[in-house]
Amino acid sequence: MAEREYDASSHAPPAEVGEMELVHPRTFIGKYIWSQDAKVIAIQYGLTATAIGLVALVLSILIRLQLGFPNSVSLIDPASYLQHVTMHGMIMVVYLLTAILLGGFGNYLIPLMCGARDMAFPYLNMLSFWTYLLSVLILVAGFFVPGGSSGAGWTLYPPQSISPGTPGVDGGIVLMLVSLAVFIIGFTMGGLNYVVTVLQARTRGMTLMRLPLTVWGIFMATVMALLAFPALLVAALMLLMDLLLGTSFFMPEMLAMGEITEREGGSPLLFQHLFWFFGHPEVYIVALPAFGIVSDLLAVHARKNIFGYRMMVWALIIIGVLSFVVWAHHMFVSGMNPYFGFLFATTTLIIAVPTAIKVYNWVLTLWRGNIRFTVPMLFAIGFLFTFVNGGLSGLFLGNVTADVPLSDTYFVVGHFHMVMAVAPIMVIFGAIYHWYPKMTGRMLNDTLGKIHFWVTFLGTYLIYYPMHFIGLEGVPRRYYAYGETTFISDSVQTLNAGITIAAIIVAATQLLFLFNLAWSYFRGRESGPNPWQATTLEWQTPHTPPRHGNFGDALPVVYRWPYDYGVPGAKDDFIPQNVPPEAVEYLDGAHATGKGAT
Amino acid sequence: MTVTLTFLALLMAGFVAWLFSHSVNVRPWVAGSSETARRTQVPEWVTAPRMGLMVLLATVTSVFTLIISAYLMRMEMGADWHPLPDSALLWFNSALLVLASVALHGAWRAARQDAVERVRHLLIAGGGLSALFVVGQLLVWRQLAVEGYYLATNPANAFYYLLTSLHGLHLLGGLVAWAKVFRRLQRGGEPARLRSGIELCAVYWDFLLLVWVVVFALLLKT
Ligand code: HEM
Ligand SMILES: [Cu+2]
Repeated sequence: MAEREYDASSHAPPAEVGEMELVHPRTFIGKYIWSQDAKVIAIQYGLTATAIGLVALVLSILIRLQLGFPNSVSLIDPASYLQHVTMHGMIMVVYLLTAILLGGFGNYLIPLMCGARDMAFPYLNMLSFWTYLLSVLILVAGFFVPGGSSGAGWTLYPPQSISPGTPGVDGGIVLMLVSLAVFIIGFTMGGLNYVVTVLQARTRGMTLMRLPLTVWGIFMATVMALLAFPALLVAALMLLMDLLLGTSFFMPEMLAMGEITEREGGSPLLFQHLFWFFGHPEVYIVALPAFGIVSDLLAVHARKNIFGYRMMVWALIIIGVLSFVVWAHHMFVSGMNPYFGFLFATTTLIIAVPTAIKVYNWVLTLWRGNIRFTVPMLFAIGFLFTFVNGGLSGLFLGNVTADVPLSDTYFVVGHFHMVMAVAPIMVIFGAIYHWYPKMTGRMLNDTLGKIHFWVTFLGTYLIYYPMHFIGLEGVPRRYYAYGETTFISDSVQTLNAGITIAAIIVAATQLLFLFNLAWSYFRGRESGPNPWQATTLEWQTPHTPPRHGNFGDALPVVYRWPYDYGVPGAKDDFIPQNVPPEAVEYLDGAHATGKGAT
Repeated sequence: MTVTLTFLALLMAGFVAWLFSHSVNVRPWVAGSSETARRTQVPEWVTAPRMGLMVLLATVTSVFTLIISAYLMRMEMGADWHPLPDSALLWFNSALLVLASVALHGAWRAARQDAVERVRHLLIAGGGLSALFVVGQLLVWRQLAVEGYYLATNPANAFYYLLTSLHGLHLLGGLVAWAKVFRRLQRGGEPARLRSGIELCAVYWDFLLLVWVVVFALLLKT
């Protein structure tokens, strides 16, 4: 594939992209441990995130066991239930999704797709991973300190989170806050790299409007994360000071354990503002890379250009910008001014517009496409379903009047799992099936992949769909047991048992996926350089997996956008980005028969 | 949150305008090379380190604007806000930081003229003045503590300690970079890299000066 013969130099402007100096280590440790190669760092990020994600998965099963079969597992008591919920939520959102999408796919794909040798600051990039690992270790240490990890909920609301009586207040919460701060520092180092590399290190001909949407999604998410994570950092630092140094940023005067505390005047509401100023953009920080990746998966496997490329780019940007002005929709029940609530309900609903545009464009991309039902494609389509589903329930919750009764019920749990847990996870799976051949040179097993997809896809519906009904009955979240509650009907318990069984099956299927990853690494079918016949630069590298420096002796030159699939009249149904117009072969006399797309 | 939102709005407006100018009238589906390709690469003077510093400064600005937003909100929220007294020492410290910034700018200019000795002197001056500033800030802390303005006695105090310590930490971080540049100078490093390092320091110091001016003004006003 990569050995196309042509003389690139005559068509392109003189080299505007200077060559980078790369550190080429010789030893095993230099290559795979203290590596400055973005591809190795990506895999380090990915493996760490997967490992900690498995912990969060096990925790979710423990939570589900208690809910489905109360008191069947003696390991779980009311305090540890809350601790599991908290760690589960925090790990999944920050340490798994954010890390794997930006640190993992960002590192792997940005340099390759932009046609760069590596990230702009490789040393900083390496530090970023090790800082992330440190933050994970600090978080995990929380399990082992006296009193255990924090049980404050992933939202960490004070005064609850740092008041006596909350599980983990003696140590777990400190470790969690410190770990978050460390994570943010590590992320910032990586984020600088992603932004600068996209803007600075694109190869010749790779204009902004020729970037694959994957890069756009990751880029926009990084910009947002660089601006939103500071809010979490500030909130965490101030909360730590309230806890350890006795300040009262957030801590009001209150009665704790029968005594009036010494503090006065602090405002829990202030924390909520800071937290959600981070928290809502965070939803899009995991969603935008997923949006970008899924666009490329759909185009490649439907053999069609993405519908409305420029609209897709602008939708990403508009979503990114708007997501900074909707945070208070998480605070409708905080007793704020009703006009304020109205304002935020409006902005929230406005975001639905660019989001809906994206969904239409995805569907239109599939329309009359030459769809190949590969495993990545299945996951991409699965994403469309779960995302639309979660988005629709989001429209309910975006309205103040509907949100007030539904707040803190299982309706919310069902909603956010659909839209921000399952949907991005679907894309991550799809992306792994899609790019694994480039990372290892081997295909993942197809049969196992299909089993993995169907069980996960149908299973998540069995898990989260019923949660909406349970929520409509008013069943609250973050409760260990419901006791004698009249408004909760008996059938809820039956549903809960069913959900738990589904959850266990889904969780077990993930082991099959891990097995597939390991087995295919040694036994998988050889993939060749471009098994999906894709156009983007990462598939055109001289070596698979690409070596350090990515592109051999000369950087590729880009002549076209990444979506030249099914070009009418062309001989192949795809034209890689680095093929100059003169080198495209056409069918004999068959110019523009309009055949390509169907 | 008005402060933060204003900052973000400005930043985003610039960013969106830039993107717009590079995407309007572009037909991405048309293959070909040259002209458009040349136009959307960033201009040559925007080197990776320069851009990296700008992105970092945007992130740090976000941290400080958020704290300032929280400061203004917290001031309104509780009836327990007692402003701190102004200390004469703070004016003195501010002067130190201004001088440090001036010195680093001098070093930058000298570096462009390849006047190595002058670079060395001005670098030392800039670093030394900054270190003095940090010491001065610690003295103000002591002064406040002696007068009974402890961290936990009042939210105004808590914000003061938080803001000054974060500012100080950023300055210390800057001094680490400064030390690296200085070591490179002592070892007779390559002039171009040296110049770039000194330039980054000078810009970073300007930024920290700006942050300090805002923090100090906030303190005087409230
Ligand atoms: C097999 C997959 C999963 C199952 C069975 C599961 C199940 C649960 C359950 C039962 C809760 C507790 C609800 C409560 O009592 O309040 C929960 C909370 C949560 N989950 Fe998941 N979950 C899964 C995957 C994920 C993923 C991938 C994410 C990533 C975004 C995620 C994010 C959260 C969050 C943010 C919370 C809220 C934690 C809190 O209340 O502080 N979950 N999950
Ligand atoms: Cu939100």
